[in-house]
Parts: sequence; structure tokens; C-alpha cells
Amino acid sequence: MLKIEDLVVSYGAIQALRGISLEVNEGEIVSLIGANGAGKTTTLHALTGLIPIKSGKVHYQKKNLRKVRAHEIVSLGLAHVPEGRQVFRRMTVIENLLMGAYSRTDRAEIAQNLTKVYKHFPRLEERAKQIAGTLSGGEQQMLAMGRAMMSAPKLIVMDEPSMGLSPILVKEVFNIIEDMHKEGITILLVEQNAKMALSVADRAYVLENGKISMSGKASELLDDEKVRQAYLGA
Amino acid sequence: MTEFLQQVIIGLRIGSVYALIALGYTMVYGIIRLINFAHGEFIMVGGYTLFFMIPVLMGFGLPAWTSVFAAIIICAAVGVLAELLAYRPVRKKGNRMTALITAIGVSLILQNLAQAIPFIGPNPKAITQDIFQSGRIDLFGVNTNWTSIFTIIIAAFVMVGLQLFIHKTKIGRAMRAVSENKAASTLMGINVNRTIVITFIIGAGLAAVGALMYCAQYRAVMTTMGSMLGLKAFVAAVLGGIGLIPGAMLGGMLIGLIEALVTAYISSSLANALVFVVLILVLLVKPAGIMGRNVGEKV
Repeated sequence: MLKIEDLVVSYGAIQALRGISLEVNEGEIVSLIGANGAGKTTTLHALTGLIPIKSGKVHYQKKNLRKVRAHEIVSLGLAHVPEGRQVFRRMTVIENLLMGAYSRTDRAEIAQNLTKVYKHFPRLEERAKQIAGTLSGGEQQMLAMGRAMMSAPKLIVMDEPSMGLSPILVKEVFNIIEDMHKEGITILLVEQNAKMALSVADRAYVLENGKISMSGKASELLDDEKVRQAYLGA
Repeated sequence: MTEFLQQVIIGLRIGSVYALIALGYTMVYGIIRLINFAHGEFIMVGGYTLFFMIPVLMGFGLPAWTSVFAAIIICAAVGVLAELLAYRPVRKKGNRMTALITAIGVSLILQNLAQAIPFIGPNPKAITQDIFQSGRIDLFGVNTNWTSIFTIIIAAFVMVGLQLFIHKTKIGRAMRAVSENKAASTLMGINVNRTIVITFIIGAGLAAVGALMYCAQYRAVMTTMGSMLGLKAFVAAVLGGIGLIPGAMLGGMLIGLIEALVTAYISSSLANALVFVVLILVLLVKPAGIMGRNVGEKV
């Protein structure tokens, strides 16, 4: 479904990604783990066109994403839940959700998706009229995820959805990720919380200094001695 | 009392013009954090369009005020050109300071270009036709002119319409989203650059409406007319809270009222000075403006 080959991204003279390749198949949950500054967020930004790509290939459903303008990517069914939620803080919850459906034009479909999002996140329905900036961190994360679902995506890429949340909320977020997956959405998950990320994923990649250092089945990586030492603190 | 009310109506009339122009400053600032110093010149462009189009349209038997539609189109075109030829390229390469200098440059270019065009030139030109119904009217014992009534009513309609547009339409929501977070807006599928162009079109269009109101009262255009008008509208935007649409409306009306009341009761030569004194006092107490919230840079 998604295929990245030899992706190189640099910020000025600094190479943030030094030729990474990864693949996400339809129906999978794939995790991309790594330390701070390894290039996880950069990978997602390059994918959805927020930063320019120096070289390499990015194909999504056989389409060359490098030739698609950034704001047109979401309408291909690829939604991005960015790091730090990035909800529209001065807009209400419902307005944020409607922004998520900006690329959709069918009103009936939008209403249907809204019902679906409210089913996943009853909290958002209760707070529909509330200004998003006044929500708690967990609620903002739910909003960011709900907003992405409003675009009726086939693939969601998520950047650190557990960041800054209490253990209970982290659990809740991961439950929702699994729910989304059950509904047929393919997921590429970027996480620092390697343990959680590996436990929900089918496969995973380990990113180190802008390069993929390891990859394989998530369950196997979870047992791998090097991964355990470097990322699981055991 | 009736004299006071008369001055209030004058203040609201002047304030309506400031408010419409302040909206252009504040919307552009809200979306690209640029103080568009050329915005005052958009009024001038609108003014000259009115000057040339009024006789033409009246020749076709249309009322003089219909020339505002031509002014809106020309102003919008100039606004879009400024964005596409100057601001956007600079935004890509430079920082906010370079953009600010560019805006001053665009302002000077427009002003001098107008002076260089032979049939415009540096001398003021009089608008001899009535734009709105001429004459005076007695409104519940308060004597005023029709121009004031029309100006205030049109401004009220435009401002309510703008609020509805910003809050109830998809494009309006997109404008608010872009002004808050460009990366997240892109991820939603919003074409950020197109949204910025739309903002310039609306801002410049509002300046054209402001020009109509200004010309209806003062009946003259000149190439420097946008300088003081633009400056005071900018003050209005800052006073209300730059970047905030209701702030621009409130700020504009306040400045208009202060100007009218000071002129009537204190001294007309002090009016401009006191406008700035009020600005300084408000900013000392509320640096973010009357409606602004004092918050640090968002992280």
C-alpha cells in the first residue's frame, strides 16, 4: 500500500534521513520506533509533503506521492495525525472535526463519518461546542485522531499519539488504534513508547540516526535483545 | 444632547471607514503575520477607480454607488498581484522583517506609480457627483446627512456578512484554520496559498468599500489619501487586537468616535494626536489590544 525507497531528506547541510526504505501493506499496523531525533517525524513529514524530499521514492497505492501536492494527499485516503496533536485550538471541537472532512464533499458521507467518530470518542460529542484549546491533552489527542478519521482514510500515519499522556490514557489511545485497525484502516505508527508500539503492531522498523537499523515482525523485535536494551529499558 | 448624538453619528461614520479598512489589515496579519503597509494604497486604488467609473456608469444610467463593484474588482486584482509578485516569493525566502520591508516597498511603488500615470498625477481630483442620496435628514430630532446613514448601514451589513462568512462557510473556516496552523491545514487538504490569496481579495475588497464611503463624504481623491487613512485603520486594528476580526470592528468604531468627539468638543487639530494617545494608553494596559489575550508565543 505504501512503499518508501531510499528516502533522503536534509535540513540544510544536515541529513535527517539517509536513505530509508520501508513498506506498509494493506491491513497492517506497522510501527516505526526510535530515539528522539532519529528521523521518525521527518519520515512522516516527507511522506505527506510537509517538507521537501531530496531523493528517493514514495509510492502510495501505486501513486508517486512526490508528484502530488501536499494538500491533495489527504484526498487520496492518506491521513496524518501530527506530533503534538496540532488541533485548531481556537476552533470548537465540531469545527475541528469538520476541518478533518475538508477534502470530502458528500454531506451524507460527512454526517456518517461524524457519527462514527462520535461512536469511537463519545467524549468529543459531549464537548462538541467547546473550544479545542480548552480540552485536556488526552482529549486533544482523541480530537486529532477523530479529525483524521473524518477524511475517511485508508491509511493513517500517526506521530507519537501517546506523547505526554498518562498511562491510562496511553492505553485508551492504543485501544482506539486497534479499533480503527479493526475497521479496516491501515496504520503506520511512529512512537517513542516502543513497548506499546510493538505490542499492537504486525511489523516494525527501528530508525537510528536517519537509517533503518532493524526491521521485522513486531513480536520478534519485542524479544530481541538489542531492542530490549535500547528501547524497552530492560 | 442632540448635538452630542450628531457627533456620535459622525464618529460612527468615520469609524465605519476605519473598521472596514482595519479588517483588511487584521485579516492579512492573522493569516500570514504580515503588516501589509500597502493596504492604505488599496484604498487609493479604489478611490481612483471610483473617480473614473462613476461618470461612466452614470452615463449608462446606473447609480453612482454601483461603481464600488468596479473598485472591488480592481482592488482585489491589485491585492492578488501584490501577494503573488511580492509577498509570496519573499515569504518563501525571507523572514518576517523582509516581508515587512517588502510591504513598505509595495506601498511606495503603488503611490508613485499612481503619481506617474499622466491622467492621475499628483494633484487631488474632485468627485463632483453625489455617491449616495444628497441632502440632510432629521432622524428623531438629530440632524445628519444621508451619506452618514448609508455608510453606517452598509458597514454594519458588510461586517455581519463577514462574520457569517468566516464562521459558517467552508472557505471561512479554512481561513481561520490557516491563520492558526498552516501545517495542520495542509494535512486537512486546504490549499494554504489559495486561502491566502482569498484573504487578500477580501481585504482589498473591503478597502474598496471603505474608499466608496470615504469618497462619498470627502468627494476627493489623491495619491496619498491612503497614507493617513491606512495608518489610522492600522491603529484601529492594533487597538482592537491585531489578527482579531471583531477587534478591528471595535477598534475602528472607537477611533472614529474619539476623532469626532475630540474634534467637536476639544480641538480638531488635537484629534489625530489624541487617537494615538489612546492607542498608547490602551497598549500600556493591554499590549495585545482590547480584545486580544496576552499570551506568549505558542509552543
